[in-house]
Amino acid sequence: MNKVIERTMIVPNMHLLEIETPEIASKIKPGQFIIVRANDEGERIPLSVADWNSEKGTITIVFMEVGASTGALACLQAGDELATCVGPLGNETQIANYGTVLCIGGCYGIGSIYPVARALKEAGNQIITVLEARSSYLLYWVKKFATLSNKIFNITRDGSLGMKGHINRLTEIINSLPKPPDRIIVNGCTYLMAHASELTRELGITTLVNLNPIMIDGTGMCGVCRVTVADQRKFACVDGPEFNGHEVDWKEFLARRKAYMNEETLFFRKSAPKPAVHKEGKCQA
Amino acid sequence: MNDEKNPEKQSKIDLNRRDMPKQSPEMRSHNFNEVALGYTLEDALGEAKRCLQCKKPRCVTGCPVEIDIPGFISCIVRKDFSAGIKKIKEKNCLPAVCGRVCPQESQCESQCILKNKGAEVAIGRLERFLADWGASAGKADLPPKAKPSGKKVAIVGSGPAGITVAGDLILLGHEVTIFEALHKAGGVLVYGIPEFRLPKAIVAREVEYVKSLGVKVFTDYVVGKTRSIDELLKDFDAIFIGTGAGLPWFLDIPGENLNGVYSANEYLTRMNLMKGYLFPNSATPIKNHKKVAVVGGGNVAMDSARTALRMGADEAHIVYRRSHAELPARLEESENAEEEGVIFDMLTLPVRYIGDENGWLKEIECIKMELGEPDASGRRTPVEIPNSNFRIEMDAAICAVGNSPNPLVPSTTPGLDTTRRGTLVADQETGKTTRDCVWAGGDIVTGAATVILAMGAGRKAARSIHEYLTTGKQ
Repeated sequence: MNKVIERTMIVPNMHLLEIETPEIASKIKPGQFIIVRANDEGERIPLSVADWNSEKGTITIVFMEVGASTGALACLQAGDELATCVGPLGNETQIANYGTVLCIGGCYGIGSIYPVARALKEAGNQIITVLEARSSYLLYWVKKFATLSNKIFNITRDGSLGMKGHINRLTEIINSLPKPPDRIIVNGCTYLMAHASELTRELGITTLVNLNPIMIDGTGMCGVCRVTVADQRKFACVDGPEFNGHEVDWKEFLARRKAYMNEETLFFRKSAPKPAVHKEGKCQA
Repeated sequence: MNDEKNPEKQSKIDLNRRDMPKQSPEMRSHNFNEVALGYTLEDALGEAKRCLQCKKPRCVTGCPVEIDIPGFISCIVRKDFSAGIKKIKEKNCLPAVCGRVCPQESQCESQCILKNKGAEVAIGRLERFLADWGASAGKADLPPKAKPSGKKVAIVGSGPAGITVAGDLILLGHEVTIFEALHKAGGVLVYGIPEFRLPKAIVAREVEYVKSLGVKVFTDYVVGKTRSIDELLKDFDAIFIGTGAGLPWFLDIPGENLNGVYSANEYLTRMNLMKGYLFPNSATPIKNHKKVAVVGGGNVAMDSARTALRMGADEAHIVYRRSHAELPARLEESENAEEEGVIFDMLTLPVRYIGDENGWLKEIECIKMELGEPDASGRRTPVEIPNSNFRIEMDAAICAVGNSPNPLVPSTTPGLDTTRRGTLVADQETGKTTRDCVWAGGDIVTGAATVILAMGAGRKAARSIHEYLTTGKQ
């Protein structure tokens, strides 16, 4: 059960994990997530799915190592077994022919936006891809995206590849297109999703974000993943995880995401797994 | 005075209901070990001898699963404990659980003839005594199983209802598979009820027991997501849905999404299922809050407040909008809470949570209530006293105001009718739902209720499922 087929660090601190789980692999749809526990004492953490192979019966996750729980995942080797791998959870991304869809991925979200872009491409959409990272060496899957994108933009903080800066360059990118995209989907850290939503609100383009709050059961039972969307309380696990980015209360979302920062550090020190902490902090939020 | 004339009669009726030995409040409010320690042999024998062995035992009519109560009590008197536990297990596959968390005071014990004298027999404590004896005695003989019927039953949810159905149907010769969404079987017994009231080792033991009978248990399996009811029906002849009431209610007041505001489900799941109280030796974090308000007055509220004290809170308050007399919690539980130092703020209703600049709860604005006319439930309706608002400083609030059924299964199963409250429509006597080959029972049908009622519903559904599997009639 839940056998690890592969676990590789694809760029620094970013890991790819392929898990054998035939039932989930045959069911999962773009935009959905799973919950895993690395071992019996482990915390339950939700992770977006980046790819799957229903014939082989495997799913693939790309995750960033930020603390103890992801640290334990990062220590897994082929042949190991995960204590828990449950899903598919959450609602799938609505796939239709919208015309042109701009897909934005950053951090682990480069992985999780991939199946979304692929399905949208298959549905007949023009795909414009924006990938964002701090530096060129942290970008991954660029070639994979190039084959399915009609146009691809890379943004790096240090300008080592593509445009220099961060998601604040989004308005320029949209303005450079012959016509604005019909829809935008953003997967990645809170900063990326919140900032992108802020920019596109002014442009009046529908922007969907895939939220990644703290969760325990992932089936609507605990309510820790509650988020305010259009002034209403929603549970990201069963009502989401995808929401209209213009309607999300980002300040509240960010505060809730950070709720256990201190404890995470305590546990990390205590359990002291091998890997190092991601220092920049942005993506932890 | 009559008794003086008839010394023999006096010796027969013993009105000394044996107390349950407990950890002292000072001690137990600092640990997670079980509060009630269980009867000693002497206690159990003394208590069992008090039973009058009525010809028409009313206690049995008060039991939702109709355990032969005088029967098992007379086994204790004879010191034939192995026969006693067998007698209970004929009707109840979870005696160690029921002996601890059943509200006996409103069921079997409320019917005891000695109740009139204020000294009803402590049936629950005796049940627990036998169950614990059975566990310490090691492996008991498994009850005989009927010949394999070749029929397959899927059970959705491994709480008390599901385990009961599984235990009953496996003995009748059917192949039984339980699907559980979480990583541990037991449902609310595992994620909800705290260790100090129901040790998890006991739940695990009961689950192992049904497994030893041949029941297969798949954890981490979300029916409705991993596989739908319709897909299960391709492989199974009948399905029982016992997914419980697991969708937390909130008060719908401002500030409810501040950090430090929890649903009781979240707080208790972190503590119980994820073993948060062992943090940082377990991976799931929990905050050490200093002033904790628990909103609500039921058993779940008591569990939450008592857990908060054990986690080192300086103050744990029960904030309840009615008065002491209306508390829905078992008397035993509210008394335990009070002894341990939980503070009861009665006739108080939170109206707003107030946060600090970082999004953490810092104060709760409440309003004072008074009791008005009785409502439909017979309880007096709380009415707000105008302009009585006040603030209390708190760094955590736990909302324990109830749960509605989880919609995951109903919403993914066409033709499975629900009521306005989100519960499944099911026949009261059989548990039959509006879908062919699908039964349901427990909180998913009744809304949040008790462990034993869920078990009672499971028993009825098992009977109906068995009838269908053997006769083809639904």
